[in-house]
Amino acid sequence: MAETTTAAAPSGTTAMRRRTRPGQTLVPLLFIAIAFVLFCVFFVGPGALGLYYSFTDYRGVGSPRWVGLDNYQRLFADEQFYAVLGRTLTYTVLSVPVHVVVALGIALLLTSAATRFQTVARVIFFIPWLISPIVAGVIWRWLFGENFGLINYLFTVVNLPTQRWETDGNLSLLVLILAGTWGGTAFNMLLFIAALKNIPKSYLEAAEIDGATSSQRFFRIVLPLLRPTMFLVVLLGTLGAMKEFALVQALNGGGPGTQNMFMVQYIYRTGFERAQIGYASAVSMVLMGILVVIAIIQMRFDRREDLA
Amino acid sequence: MRARAVSIPLTLLLVLVALGFLFPALWFLLSSFKPGSELFSLPLSLFPRTWTLSGYETAWTRFDFWRYFYNTGLVAVITTALTVIVSALTGYAFAKFRSWWLRAFFLCILATTMLPTEVIMPSTFAIIRDLGLYNTLAGIIVPSIITATGIFMFRQYFRTIPDELLEAARIDGASEFRIFTRIMFPLARPIAVTLAIFSVQWRWNDYIWPLIVLNDPNRYTLQLALRSIVGADNINWSVLLSASVISLIPMVILFAVFQRYIMNADINSGLKD
Repeated sequence: MAETTTAAAPSGTTAMRRRTRPGQTLVPLLFIAIAFVLFCVFFVGPGALGLYYSFTDYRGVGSPRWVGLDNYQRLFADEQFYAVLGRTLTYTVLSVPVHVVVALGIALLLTSAATRFQTVARVIFFIPWLISPIVAGVIWRWLFGENFGLINYLFTVVNLPTQRWETDGNLSLLVLILAGTWGGTAFNMLLFIAALKNIPKSYLEAAEIDGATSSQRFFRIVLPLLRPTMFLVVLLGTLGAMKEFALVQALNGGGPGTQNMFMVQYIYRTGFERAQIGYASAVSMVLMGILVVIAIIQMRFDRREDLA
Repeated sequence: MRARAVSIPLTLLLVLVALGFLFPALWFLLSSFKPGSELFSLPLSLFPRTWTLSGYETAWTRFDFWRYFYNTGLVAVITTALTVIVSALTGYAFAKFRSWWLRAFFLCILATTMLPTEVIMPSTFAIIRDLGLYNTLAGIIVPSIITATGIFMFRQYFRTIPDELLEAARIDGASEFRIFTRIMFPLARPIAVTLAIFSVQWRWNDYIWPLIVLNDPNRYTLQLALRSIVGADNINWSVLLSASVISLIPMVILFAVFQRYIMNADINSGLKD
């Protein structure tokens, strides 16, 4: 990584002097001590224990019995697991592009010199950020209630057939995507606004003088310069969608039936409601594996310089 | 810069999108002031025909809101204080000291954003239980203290402070801890405030940790209490709407007071937890 070069180059002499100071190991060790202990207990601990449990038949009481790869064999033969995994991936693939486009579009409108009411609009776009996923789920459930919701009522007013927002799996997923976008936009929008403000005005002005149209300016200058932010938004959005849980709990509970059950809910259901801790741990490990792969793929595309 | 002409179509688009974002929350808020009989009676109207607080009264008497507010507030405040302190200490070490193990640990911390432990719920639960933290508020507080975002924010900030300041203080004979508490931490106050705001929001709205850790309804946080209403077979909408609105009030106040900090937060890292 670039870490070593930046560390060595500007402060070579100070680094030399520091090495001779006594207590240079002890001091930073004390500074990170609390974080290190917490990291070990609440991050490494559950990870290692989860891996161990995934090879046992632990049910929460008694002592775990080693069963080797049984849980994983069961898992990969379990139709419900594939259904859950597929649904989670579907949700991720559908929602992330929507999140990106909506947040970027709003950020562009809010930073454009040609729009008014930006301050008020910005506050409005921020409202969903205050609202917890549980309450956001309640809000959208109320809006899209099949028998009582406003949306279906409006459909009847304009003589359209009412839609089965709750009992049709795909429509229910659609509402979930809308609700997720609504809740996640404020944060992504902030990231995009910060990045847009960092684009030197001179670039765009120079392009304009050279006769570039506004769409050319956007696709040739703005979008390439937004690349790092874009990757960050996509990465965080993907990870967030893969572990979506609270919003679903409040919005449709994974329903209708189990049609919209996602990975985390499946882990919760098998691990806590059915106390199959070994099996649920195996599912967790698979999910972690997927998240690692996603993170690695995205990191390869985007070498974040700010980490150096 | 030249003043540009206002584009009416673009402004109109912005207004429409903003209204689209506002509407779900507005409809929900206005509905909470309708009497139970009016909630489902057609034709639906945007504004309540009779304004009433009866939903709020029922919610307030039916649920022990003071307790949920107390639990949630306590967790949010204590966790936030600890998060700020631990993040500052750790971020400072990452910014101002160099060694291979600090770098390694920094990468580990960054990895926690990619790999959320709350996903490994069963084993996380087992650890909480074995530490004797099950069903205690401490069980939500302690695991939530470290956040990669907070550590990262402080690290980035402390890197901008010149090393000369540190060297000068060392030459004057100040101890390392004193340098941190008297010079460095006060300098990082804006970061501390921003992180504190975000942390309160994360903890107030957190669902998954309380769900894993708490079992006793007396220790429920607001989110768990709300979930118990929405998870019921027959949702009492009148109560649910008002209860949800009540749960939002502290966040609205937080936003109103610290708006400037939130909207101008220089977020270049994953400010999400």
